[in-house]
Amino acid sequence: MRTKQPTFLKRLWIGILRIFTKLNEFYQQKIQPLLDRFFYRLSHNVVYREIGNTIKIFSFVTIRITRKRRHAFYGYLFILIWLIGISIFTLYPLVYSFYLSFHEAYYNLQEGVITTFIGFTNYLNIFRSQTLVPAYANYLGRMVVAVPIIIVFSIIIAVLVNMPIRTKGLWRTVFFLPVIISTGPVINELNAQSAITLPNLQASGIYSYIVNNLPEFLADPLTTVINSMLLILWYAGIPILIYLAGLQKIDPSLYEAASMDGASPWMRFWKITLPSLMPFTGISIVYVVVSMSLFVEPGGILDLTRTHMLVGAPDSAFWFGYGYAAAMAWVYFLCMVILILVFTSLTREKRGKVK
Amino acid sequence: MKLFQLISPTQQQKLKKVWLGKTLTDGLLYKFVIYLLLISFSYIYLYPLLFMVINSLKSVDDLINPGVQWIPTVLMWENYERAFQVLSLPQSLIDSTVYVLKVSVSATLSSALIGYGFARFDFPFKRLFFAIMLATFILPQQVTMVANMLIFRELEIISTEWSMLLPAMTGQGINAAIYILIFYTFYRTIPGILIESAEVDGAGQLRIFRTIILPLAIPSFVIVFLFSFVWYWNESFITGLYVGDKVTLPLWLQAFRSSYETIFPPGTPGAELNEAILLSGNMLTILPLLLLYFFGQKLFTQSIDKTGITGE
Repeated sequence: MRTKQPTFLKRLWIGILRIFTKLNEFYQQKIQPLLDRFFYRLSHNVVYREIGNTIKIFSFVTIRITRKRRHAFYGYLFILIWLIGISIFTLYPLVYSFYLSFHEAYYNLQEGVITTFIGFTNYLNIFRSQTLVPAYANYLGRMVVAVPIIIVFSIIIAVLVNMPIRTKGLWRTVFFLPVIISTGPVINELNAQSAITLPNLQASGIYSYIVNNLPEFLADPLTTVINSMLLILWYAGIPILIYLAGLQKIDPSLYEAASMDGASPWMRFWKITLPSLMPFTGISIVYVVVSMSLFVEPGGILDLTRTHMLVGAPDSAFWFGYGYAAAMAWVYFLCMVILILVFTSLTREKRGKVK
Repeated sequence: MKLFQLISPTQQQKLKKVWLGKTLTDGLLYKFVIYLLLISFSYIYLYPLLFMVINSLKSVDDLINPGVQWIPTVLMWENYERAFQVLSLPQSLIDSTVYVLKVSVSATLSSALIGYGFARFDFPFKRLFFAIMLATFILPQQVTMVANMLIFRELEIISTEWSMLLPAMTGQGINAAIYILIFYTFYRTIPGILIESAEVDGAGQLRIFRTIILPLAIPSFVIVFLFSFVWYWNESFITGLYVGDKVTLPLWLQAFRSSYETIFPPGTPGAELNEAILLSGNMLTILPLLLLYFFGQKLFTQSIDKTGITGE
């Protein structure tokens, strides 16, 4: 018998076939399902799928859609631009300028901003400064004198306009006009020509009495207020409208009941009108303080921040750098916040007494 | 006494009733006092404006003469001609209007979206975000100015309109908190049932916003647009710093003295700059806004009730 041994080539062939069948088995058992799943996901949007009321993200994060979650999603979608904006243009600059205020910083065209840590020196320099301390003191003094004047004035005007008279619209228009036309350069020009105070007021005895008899730190804010009396009253534009809106919310039957009981108009004003207007005083004060503080007058603190930021080179005597400007702005902001807090807490106390 | 004897007691009573009224508040005297107070207060209020109008028309002689206060001897329209030239007017007016339109329209649109997000949906940290949004109102631009300048320099948009447009588009512009609040208050007044029924019918949130909310919100759009137009027009510090020297008309006014000297060099006879010319420049600057206010005064003055900044 002659058994035919398979030739070497044939054995090789069988071996190769066996390997391939093994490979094929392996492919079909392990890889094929993987590929299938891969292509399935590729063709069926892996990243984001909605099945029934669930969302699948990459097929392994499954979120059940509830009404609450959908609302949260759309809420964030709508305020998305605000979130981006506040982080880039407000929060980051806020943190960065706070950081800068503890540094000596200046801008170099090649290297960008160069900062050296100097601790509280910027803040101390503000309090050492010959020009800034009086400026801050004047700002605070002016606000302390002017804000009550504006609030009282706007209550008076609002009550007058709300009286049963004709041409209500005309008066509203007149007293709101300054909000429209008060822009920095125009007011500065009026200021330069001293057209923002009544000539009689300046010539009156009060002015010289204040200058002659009061110590300087008291007289300064008072005289600046008198010198720009009309400008200060111009800030009453929006408070007047706020108080008018408040007056219209008072129930007329209150007045009727009071006059039945024999209350005079004078009494009715003090007992009904004023207490009902008190809740609107807080928002008016915030508005007045903010709009007065944010007005940039030449030579004022806000103007100086720009000067300190832009003018000169590192060796100039006037140059204090970005850090100094940032520290100035922060101190100013702090003053504003303190003023608002003090004023609003004062009015709140009054409100408590009335009740 | 004789006068009183002439009229009978009934007539006396009638007169008294007309003048003092039954309860004092409905008498003529009372009204007379109110009108007197209002007129005198508004005289005080409008004094700077009157001063501007009158003095801008005065000649140099009238300016110096203390005897001429309210009525100029000659009306110098030439002042206005010169101010017109110095402000390079038709062109600068068009430029600044186009610029302010761009900025205020983008501020209006962005705050409409953001206000809707705050008013309609509940999401985590909403109260915190809303508080931050309101707090930005009292934040002076000067605090963030330094860092913003650096950011704009990095983005290479300093001295271009984009440095005002980008913050406006993302709800960070001037007084953006007020605009968002106006929209917020308005959206809160829309009955929820309207939106829910649209949801039941299968409309998506974006579609609801586009087809139901936006048409309803047109009055708020007008108010916000007007206010942002006025406030962006009047803002000269930040605009001058970020965008450039002569962008809006008030910035042209700020450079009035120096541009006057280039157009009318000192030494030319009869061409000295005087207060009257400066004031006519002022008048020309505020004139566009005065016209806007004249036509849209109701929208401005009645908007405060709608803004909800009265404390609710």
